[in-house]
Amino acid sequence: MPPYCWRKGSTVEISVSVNGTQRTSEVEARTLLVYYLRDELGLTGTNVGCDTSSCGACTVHVNGESVKSCTMLAVQADGENVTTIEGLAPSSDELHPMQESFREHHGLQCGYCTPGMVMAACSLLDENPRPSEADVREGLEGNLCRCTGYHNIVKAVLACSGQDVS
Amino acid sequence: MIPASFDYVKASSADEAISLIGEHGDEAKLLAGGHSLIPMMKLRLAVPSVLVDIAGVRDLSHVEDRGDHIAIGALAKHRSLETSDLLIAQCPMLAHVASKVGDPQVRHRGTIGGSLAHSDPASDLPAAVLALGGSLIVQGPNGQREIAATDFFTGYFESALAEDEMLTEVKVPKSPGTNWNYQKFNRRAQDWAIVGVAAAQVDGAMQVSLVNMGSTPLRATAVETALASGASAAEAADEAANGTEAPTDLNASPEYRAHLARVLTKRALEASGVV
Repeated sequence: MPPYCWRKGSTVEISVSVNGTQRTSEVEARTLLVYYLRDELGLTGTNVGCDTSSCGACTVHVNGESVKSCTMLAVQADGENVTTIEGLAPSSDELHPMQESFREHHGLQCGYCTPGMVMAACSLLDENPRPSEADVREGLEGNLCRCTGYHNIVKAVLACSGQDVS
Repeated sequence: MIPASFDYVKASSADEAISLIGEHGDEAKLLAGGHSLIPMMKLRLAVPSVLVDIAGVRDLSHVEDRGDHIAIGALAKHRSLETSDLLIAQCPMLAHVASKVGDPQVRHRGTIGGSLAHSDPASDLPAAVLALGGSLIVQGPNGQREIAATDFFTGYFESALAEDEMLTEVKVPKSPGTNWNYQKFNRRAQDWAIVGVAAAQVDGAMQVSLVNMGSTPLRATAVETALASGASAAEAADEAANGTEAPTDLNASPEYRAHLARVLTKRALEASGVV
């Protein structure tokens, strides 16, 4: 065996920058990123929805790009930068512009999909700063809202991109 | 759902990864983006004893101009294909098909090598590489060999890759212009194609492949033969299901899939400039 091998049941030391803070933890290799974030780091803003990479409730950013944290091992995030919904707002009494836009345009009903929806929306605008409505709908296809509140979610994302939605 | 335990190894080179999978045989699996493998491990459809993480292997994420073809490293992510200026200019069909895989989150992690090695008959990229007449470079303990895409997909989730071989590069011919199309028919966002059709004109000939019309991605040879003998798009499309054994599942019967294959092939051919 080469040097970097961890046996079944043993733990792997990983070092991940989470919301700008370097975190070092021992995890089993089979630990999914979402459970590392929730159970090990206590960052429960990221929800587990379908647990089958369909619903997007667990969306976080890895190196600035949206990923489904139920479909990534925590060890795959070793050495990477992870941002969760807790890391978006600039301070405890101020919302991120995307969060503010969701609030303003009522882009949520029950709220369960919201953290993943906001993270996916931020990643979408990073890649396409002025999307059309169709771009937003397609860009959020990896996120399901079972309240079916898509209309206002799309509105919130368009508004956050500086476009008139009135 | 959490995968069953496995030994975890980080490979730092392709040689190291190949030696590890050679040592462990079918007990070992290569982990790239993990977007096919991890869901299967969670469902216990795959229970590897050893997981060899190749994400840290350098020099396998390239998209390069090699004269008459484009070479794509096996670890190139769907998103990087979708946004590659080189692909958009020289092989726009592949860039477009990459943009239709899963959803943005999947495309940020999934790799072309992983998608092809997984050999899912319902996947988008295998059919695209097949329609383009691409080839795959695989590396084993005794060096490299090149396998034509038409010989690579051998069965349901089975490929010509030997247990001790790793897919390292995908080669696709340059096929610029607008004589190509991809039709993906599904009922839900982000889903696999119930049926898909990829068409591309390569070196003057129209090449067509089918998604989810059999146990492997397929070249629609009956359509290609008809076109070569001067058939119209509508006439050739009538042949789309000939020689196929379409699967049945919750989404569709074989008869419905055959119908879809004909309709989608006609659309794909017409959009590719066949009259």
